[in-house]
Amino acid sequence: MNLTLKVWRQSGPNATGRIETYEAKEIPSEASFLEMLDIVNTGIIKEGGDPIHFDHDCREGICGSCSLAINGVPHSKESGITTCQVHMRKFREGETIWIEPFRARAFPVIKDLMVDRSAFDRIIAAGGYIDVRTGSAPEANSIPIGKEDADEAFDAATCIGCGACVAACKNASAMLFVGAKAAHLNILPQGHPEKDKRVLALVRQMDAEGFGNCTNHYECEAVCPKEISADVISKLNRDYAAAIVREAVAE
Amino acid sequence: MIKKPQMNALGKTLLLFWNSSIGKKLVVAITGLMLVGFLLGHMTGNLLIFQGREDLNDYAEFLHHMLHGWGIWIARLGILGAFFLHIVATVSLVQQNRASRDSRYACDTTVQAPVSSRIMIWTGLTVIAFVVFHIFHFTVRLDPDLAAMKDPGNPERHDVYGMVIAGFQNPLVVIFYILAISFLCSHLSHGIGSIFQTLGLRTEKTRVAIRNLSVAISVLLWVGFLSIPILVVTGGLKDKTDSASHSSERPGPSALAEN
Ligand code: HEM
Ligand code: FES
Repeated sequence: MNLTLKVWRQSGPNATGRIETYEAKEIPSEASFLEMLDIVNTGIIKEGGDPIHFDHDCREGICGSCSLAINGVPHSKESGITTCQVHMRKFREGETIWIEPFRARAFPVIKDLMVDRSAFDRIIAAGGYIDVRTGSAPEANSIPIGKEDADEAFDAATCIGCGACVAACKNASAMLFVGAKAAHLNILPQGHPEKDKRVLALVRQMDAEGFGNCTNHYECEAVCPKEISADVISKLNRDYAAAIVREAVAE
Repeated sequence: MIKKPQMNALGKTLLLFWNSSIGKKLVVAITGLMLVGFLLGHMTGNLLIFQGREDLNDYAEFLHHMLHGWGIWIARLGILGAFFLHIVATVSLVQQNRASRDSRYACDTTVQAPVSSRIMIWTGLTVIAFVVFHIFHFTVRLDPDLAAMKDPGNPERHDVYGMVIAGFQNPLVVIFYILAISFLCSHLSHGIGSIFQTLGLRTEKTRVAIRNLSVAISVLLWVGFLSIPILVVTGGLKDKTDSASHSSERPGPSALAEN
């Protein structure tokens, strides 16, 4: 396949970026999207240029490292997959493909298509955990969990923290990510006792990082590679309202 | 001694609440809900015009006299307060949201968000312009001809019925009403569903019902509000003098309300 790429190039965090055009020639249709970029980069390196920087790790849709907005859609318009799972056969011969970094003030560009998503790590550090006593692992069946709760918590727990929800949101809101983390831990009996504390800490850190507010457009759930539903945002809103009332009463 | 620290704690909580993303959204949702409630009531009252002059004018008189005239001011203050809070909160949210997405995609794509959801601030701002016009038109009555109209069956009171019919004779006014109410209903087709999501009431089971309800209420309000100006300007609803003589035959409730 022969394709034209419009790629965002930016030499560093404070540099001004711009779109540059590359010709991707003789790309096998069975190549993955990232392999296609590898081929283009090999060409750039051979010519002595600076290869296009992008994030990746597992290349099988589980680590959440890969990013990229492909034709304006995080992880491409194919639903339920990450960029590393996109294949070139999904594109037309001769097509022009726009490749840009995830865009959000809270995700500053490091170089080219790589963005700094450590804001998510700080949100997790603020409340995305359960306090447990150290020691040997508890017996697995000592706390029974209802099937429906287990399913709901597990659906939320499939979040890989890639940040596509933020990148797709017109307001760069992190509500789907935070909602998924809160739902995952709040639904389980192990997470229940710290529910209020967790929700308040997560939301306050999310706001402090400069993510936007949810306007219920649901672009996030459309691009989520794990197809997490915006229902977790509804639950986060409810849990937050309850937590802030209980916090006020407790004071 | 005990009360003071409690007040401070409450003040602190309110500030934290207002300054948080979800808190401000909850304010938008609750004030939005109040405004939708007002619109449904207002529309129902307006539809009394199809019952004739007497019923509409009785209703208007009731509004102005309930709780010895205090009622309408309590309602007005409530609506104005909700309107004001809704605007302050949404303008601030929109500013924050623009700051959070400080760079745009060169290839800007929308996957599923409907247009109505993306123009909320614009449809909202049109509503402000409309509300100002509407209040000067029918509440303050800048037009002396409209202000001077008296109920032929009861010259003591204002003739709301005649005023509405006279007020909608101008096609330009009617076109403005149609545009403004259409924008408002676009606002609500996204807004009503949003209330449920923001208040945390939307779940997998209720998702579809909520979207349908949102569209249904918006369509209902559109038809309910606009049926009046459209029928008046097209001649379907006329100021019939026989309905006036008819009303003078029956003193009934209007005479009671007068006392
Ligand atoms: C009769 C008048 C109005 C009604 C009934 C109304 C109703 C609503 C409702 C129900 C919502 C959804 C709340 C939520 O997100 O949970 C909403 C959102 C919104 N309203 Fe209004 N509104 C009115 C006037 C206005 C005005 C005058 C503005 C102008 C600033 C405005 C701007 C907005 C914006 C920007 C949103 C989206 C906020 C967000 O999602 O973050 N509205 N409105
Ligand atoms: S590289 Fe691991 S999910 Fe794509």
